[in-house]
Amino acid sequence: MSLLAMQGSVELGIIYAIMALGVFISFRTLNMPDLTVDSSFTLGAAVSAMLCTMGHPLLAIPAAMLAGWLAGNVTALLNTKLKIQPLLAGILVMLGLYSINLRVMFNRANIPLLNQPTVFSSLQGTSLESHAQWLIPLVLLIAVILILYLFLQTRFGLVLRATGDNDQMVRSVGVNTDTTILLGLGLANCLVAFSGALIAQYQSFADVSMGVGMVVIGLASVIIGEVLFGINSLLRRLIAVVLGAILYRFVIAVALHLGMPPTDLKLISAVIVTMALAAPVIKAGLISRRKRHSRRSVHKEG
Amino acid sequence: MLKINGLSKTFGLGSINEKLAVNNVNLTLQAGEFVTVIGGNGAGKSTLLNCIAGVHEPDQGSIFLDSMDITFWPEYKRSQYIGRVFQDPLKGTAFDMTIEQNLAMAYAKGKPLGLQWGVRKADAAMFRDRLARLELGLEDRLKQKVGLLSGGQRQAITLLMATIVEPKLLLLDEHTAALDPSAAKHVLRLTRELVEQYQLCTLMVTHNMKNALEYGTRTIMMHDGSIILDIAGEERREMTVEKLIDLFGRRSGQELDNDRLLLS
Ligand SMILES: Nc1ncnc2c1ncn2[C@@H]1O[C@H](COP(=O)(O)OP(=O)(O)OP(=O)(O)O)[C@@H](O)[C@H]1O
Ligand SMILES: [Mg+2]
Repeated sequence: MSLLAMQGSVELGIIYAIMALGVFISFRTLNMPDLTVDSSFTLGAAVSAMLCTMGHPLLAIPAAMLAGWLAGNVTALLNTKLKIQPLLAGILVMLGLYSINLRVMFNRANIPLLNQPTVFSSLQGTSLESHAQWLIPLVLLIAVILILYLFLQTRFGLVLRATGDNDQMVRSVGVNTDTTILLGLGLANCLVAFSGALIAQYQSFADVSMGVGMVVIGLASVIIGEVLFGINSLLRRLIAVVLGAILYRFVIAVALHLGMPPTDLKLISAVIVTMALAAPVIKAGLISRRKRHSRRSVHKEG
Repeated sequence: MLKINGLSKTFGLGSINEKLAVNNVNLTLQAGEFVTVIGGNGAGKSTLLNCIAGVHEPDQGSIFLDSMDITFWPEYKRSQYIGRVFQDPLKGTAFDMTIEQNLAMAYAKGKPLGLQWGVRKADAAMFRDRLARLELGLEDRLKQKVGLLSGGQRQAITLLMATIVEPKLLLLDEHTAALDPSAAKHVLRLTRELVEQYQLCTLMVTHNMKNALEYGTRTIMMHDGSIILDIAGEERREMTVEKLIDLFGRRSGQELDNDRLLLS
């Protein structure tokens, strides 16, 4: 694999890591499988691309984040106020957003951003110009990690984490879990849309189906990170998610390099996540088999 | 002070499983009163406590805490004034968070919920102090996850969480039922100490008849959703487990059945 391709996958990994951190918020701290992600990623990209074509690449980022936040809020309200299961609430919002995303893109399936200014061109004319592609995402990612690290230790952050652990306990310390879910899913999808917004500008196009399977990629990153880098402390968990996201991109890049057709990407993603999710079961199975085996040999000896 | 008037709760209204779980209950607890609650399986003890805590909305009646009509308040809002310990030791704490984080959340009860630092240094010192009083050696394990603790340790922490901001009412629903005898005894002793220290208005459901008479200042017995016995003072001091069972039989016309009931 060429150095350029490797650098490219790290750059992508850094941007996708922001999305994976969003998935971490919903999946791990709120303990909710939030499928809104697929469409809020596209929403972020669509809003970002549209504002770029209007000449506002910087404004595009916070606008996309706000849109993602609202999408997460809708899923949360479906769940808390209408008592729709989280999984189904996410699917409904995902479906509805597909139409909205098309509207945002003026009913075009994709928007190219050729020769449009983007956040990546904002360093043009400075000495950092040639590094913009990785430097800007990296700085943003570090900022996101730091903010999350601090936020998750604030009074509200603690309650958010506890909501996923034990919502009964959260209510019994006087906190409305409807509120924590509302803000939690808002934050999660805000990060996802942030990532989508950056990807659109990085790749110079937005596509209405670019978010398909995004939640699985996010999950893969979270789980790969946990398995390989541990879950000991909060900071470590956050960094593990990031490393998981970068590693995932790497694996994909290598697979493509080895001749895998790009159309098989989604299948590979699904297989990776299945394996990662099944890892604890397989591990437990192996241990118990070993135990049974050793007992049998003891019996034989005795 | 707690005042319950004509409280009724029916589950599955209109279905074949319709069940009148709490039937027109009137109950007043004076400040500092510690009431133990006993009764057979399905007598409605948990339902009564859940109606008070806001888990279930009652069909009829009203619930006043001091002068506040809390009948239709949501659960989380009542929790500002009500401390609870559940039967299941897993229910009272967030297992993936540390002891000090759990305590900090409980200590933030009634305070604005924002971006203040979660566990402040001064608070942590206070937590250490309070944990030491539990006599379980937890004061040196502030940064350990609650998931690593035993059931008894968790119940002790939940009890501390329920009282760390002084509640107007403490609800204990068989909070020692899942513990081994020595842990149960320890948690009961802590309960008594805390209740006496803060003069807490308390409702404690127990399946242990002896404990019901030994702890607290008043005992009520429930059957089929109603309170069929309410004793305090002299009458209670002279009560024995045998007499209590006998009284139950006469008032309810049935034998006391509770598969977990302990008579001694
Ligand atoms: N959520 C519910 N839905 C339907 N029925 C319920 C529900 N909760 C309790 N019940 C029914 O209401 C009645 C009272 O139950 P409750 O749990 O209050 O009894 P209890 O006195 O706490 O009994 P135990 O000693 O077994 O804990 C029972 O018949 C029970 O089956
Ligand atoms: Mg009960």
